[in-house]
Amino acid sequence: MDVILSVWRQTGPNTEGGFVRYEANNIPDHASFLEMLDIVNEDLNDRDEEPIAFDHDCREGICGMCGVMINGQAHGPQLGTATCQLHMRKFKDGDTIRIEPWRADGFPVIRDLAVDRSAFDRIVEAGGFITVPTGSAPDANLIPVPKPAAEASMDAAACIGCGACVAACPNSAAQLFTSAKVAHLNLLPQGQAERYTRVVAMVDEMEQWFGACSNHGECEIACPKSISIDFIALMNRDYIRAKFRQGRLAGQR
Amino acid sequence: MTTLDSKVPAGSIEDKWNNHKFSIRLVNPANKRKYSVIVIGSGLAGASAAATLSELGYHVKVFTYHDSPRRAHSISAQGGINAAKNYHNDGDSIYRLFYDTVKGGDYRSREANVYRLAEVSNNIIDQATAQGVPFAREYGGLLDNRSFGGAQVSRTFYARGQTGQQLLLGAYQALAKEIGKGSVEMVNRSELLEVVTHDGRAAGVIVRDLLNGDVTAHSAHAVVLATGGYSNVFFLSTNAMACNTTAIWRAHRKGAHFANPCYTQIHPTCIPQSDESQSKLTLMSESLRNDGRIWVPKAPGDHRPASDIPESERDYYLERIYPAFGNLVPRDVASRNAKTQVDTDHGIGPLRNGVYLDFKHAIDRLGEDTIRERYGNLFEMYERITDDNPYATPMRIYPAPHYTMGGTWVDYNLMTSVPGLYAIGEANFSDHGANRLGASALMQGLADGYFVLPYTIGDYLADYLNVDPVPTDHDVFTKAIAEVQDRTARFLATKGRRSVDWFHRELGKIMLEECGMERSREGLEKAIREIPQLKEEFESDVKVLGANESFNQSLEKVGRVADFFELAELMCRDALDREESCGGHFRVEHQTEEGEALRNDEDFTHVSAWEWNGPDEPQTKRKEELVFENVKLATRSYK
Repeated sequence: MDVILSVWRQTGPNTEGGFVRYEANNIPDHASFLEMLDIVNEDLNDRDEEPIAFDHDCREGICGMCGVMINGQAHGPQLGTATCQLHMRKFKDGDTIRIEPWRADGFPVIRDLAVDRSAFDRIVEAGGFITVPTGSAPDANLIPVPKPAAEASMDAAACIGCGACVAACPNSAAQLFTSAKVAHLNLLPQGQAERYTRVVAMVDEMEQWFGACSNHGECEIACPKSISIDFIALMNRDYIRAKFRQGRLAGQR
Repeated sequence: MTTLDSKVPAGSIEDKWNNHKFSIRLVNPANKRKYSVIVIGSGLAGASAAATLSELGYHVKVFTYHDSPRRAHSISAQGGINAAKNYHNDGDSIYRLFYDTVKGGDYRSREANVYRLAEVSNNIIDQATAQGVPFAREYGGLLDNRSFGGAQVSRTFYARGQTGQQLLLGAYQALAKEIGKGSVEMVNRSELLEVVTHDGRAAGVIVRDLLNGDVTAHSAHAVVLATGGYSNVFFLSTNAMACNTTAIWRAHRKGAHFANPCYTQIHPTCIPQSDESQSKLTLMSESLRNDGRIWVPKAPGDHRPASDIPESERDYYLERIYPAFGNLVPRDVASRNAKTQVDTDHGIGPLRNGVYLDFKHAIDRLGEDTIRERYGNLFEMYERITDDNPYATPMRIYPAPHYTMGGTWVDYNLMTSVPGLYAIGEANFSDHGANRLGASALMQGLADGYFVLPYTIGDYLADYLNVDPVPTDHDVFTKAIAEVQDRTARFLATKGRRSVDWFHRELGKIMLEECGMERSREGLEKAIREIPQLKEEFESDVKVLGANESFNQSLEKVGRVADFFELAELMCRDALDREESCGGHFRVEHQTEEGEALRNDEDFTHVSAWEWNGPDEPQTKRKEELVFENVKLATRSYK
């Protein structure tokens, strides 16, 4: 198939960017979206134009490295699918496809379609872990975890940290990512000791980088792992509880 | 030819590791902060080692070329992780896991390492569970297990089809905890381009900042390579796009022997290639073989759709040839049999390049809901890629390069032949022999990182108390920086006609054809002639646009492919030298009448560790004799 691309090109973090039009011809329809970009890049290279920079790695939807806005939608038109798993058969011959990087203050552009998502790491470093130094763990079956709790925790833990939730949000909020990280651990018996310090530390760090949530719900639709915004409710509940437990807000009751 | 000293401790197999831990030197807690350790790579092995070393008190600096440690390719492992917990009361034990792994490796691994791996496997499950890894559970809340290829017990722990992701997140979170405290210095988007030695010991590394091209030197008391495997030498593999051999190859060029490079694993259950533009192959977890049945049409050239082929005209060839293990034979056996079917015109699918993996019987027996619960995400992934619904029509699968058992030679302490330089996880060669069993890679990466290296590294460091690392303005570093910069400049100045990917793809074709699932003397000799020719062409005709001083993905790739060229040649020479078939290494000249692998225990019960002699001289082979005191060498049979 032949498609026309309108791709955001920007040489560096501090330079002006803009859309450039490319023709992508003879693309096999079972090619993945990123393979289509590979073909375009080979062609650019042949014509002595620098290839389009984009982040990608595993190409099977699990590493979370890839992700671009495709016609205004994070990861494109297919629900529950990362950019690397999107295939060209979802487009029609002759389509024009607009490709942009994630747009969010918390994710500055590095080059073309690649952005800096290190703010996500800062959120995890603030408290997204269970403190268990190597060697200090008891036998694994000493901690029974009810199956529903394990399943819910796994639903949250499926987050791949791609940043689509932030990109899709009109406020560039990172509530879905942060709440998935919080819920993964706060739902498990092992996570209880640090439950309230964790949620406060992570939410406070998140607020340094990202906007506020106003319940649009776009994040859940954009999420390639279809992570539920229920986890945001859970995070908010734990955050409120933690704040009252700390006593700072107790006088308001 | 001198033999290598593996430093395996004396004593019975059950006591070796315990005795060793007691006899090696320790660094006292107050002194640990006087040492610095560099870790390259942040996958299961790297992240778990870095977190643990930092918890112990060492200064740790970690480099990854990813934008975050959580992206490492360990994340793609689907099926599970083995441990000898015997929670299912089906007769498992440390000894049985050890035995299965040695047998699965076709008697080409080091017994003492494998036993230690089996021993610490249980600690890994405890550690991961305490970290919050959401392993699958039974209704009573206890841990569930599944069975896996090459074993007759259920010992595989799993988190849906995302076990690697969840274990990596566990290790990453442990690492993030240390980064947050300021005890680990984490450097993202930086790639190792040289290993630096001084006085025959590891002194540090040279890395390039992938965002701005800055090349900098970093020194430490010890350097740990945790940079994974080299399957991308085949271009099309299940590895992530950036996986490469550069770190271990640069180490090899600085004196680290490269062991058994020809031991590569071709994974039996991947989605067949669809055309030339394909950039990678997608693996479907081997766990699917638990419930799926593999078959091809009995008649050659039968191109009817699967639904039109009656039961009586299907050949469930694994069940027929290997009645005891059936569809659960080890990976090398399953892969080679699939190739035989395709080569004899029993292949299926539009390009006749696959075999069926059919779930109809399992769905009839267990119901679609159970199958969905077990493999739902894998089925979805398959459907997304192929546009076929595997609940209704059988999956098409074919083997693809996946894992590399070969790697940097290490002794029992995981130290390479360069003192102070360590290799852990897939980057080393140690535990899987000539074939790795499913669910053992995650186990090995975490065993090395959490429970082996943090002990053994102290024995080396103890000698260097109050000795500062080599300063980074020392000649060895400034020279290495200049060499790295020269190399980069050379790539940019070549201004040839063809892209890096073009050369990589051509190299991959040679390797897959001549050094893939089947190897022959003739084919290997041909490859050894062709690879240097292609390399020469690559050096004079590759085109890398842009500059060093920016985010330049072609420039990242060109250095990696250059190292793949040198590795590819060594792989072929190793495969040619090993006049036997064992595990993933199948030489057509060495097979039984039934077409099974034929080992040559008399001449090849050893590790081939290749020593670098400079760019213009072929490597010298050094041997480590493998001694089997516990497991009796036998012909591997899964019938």
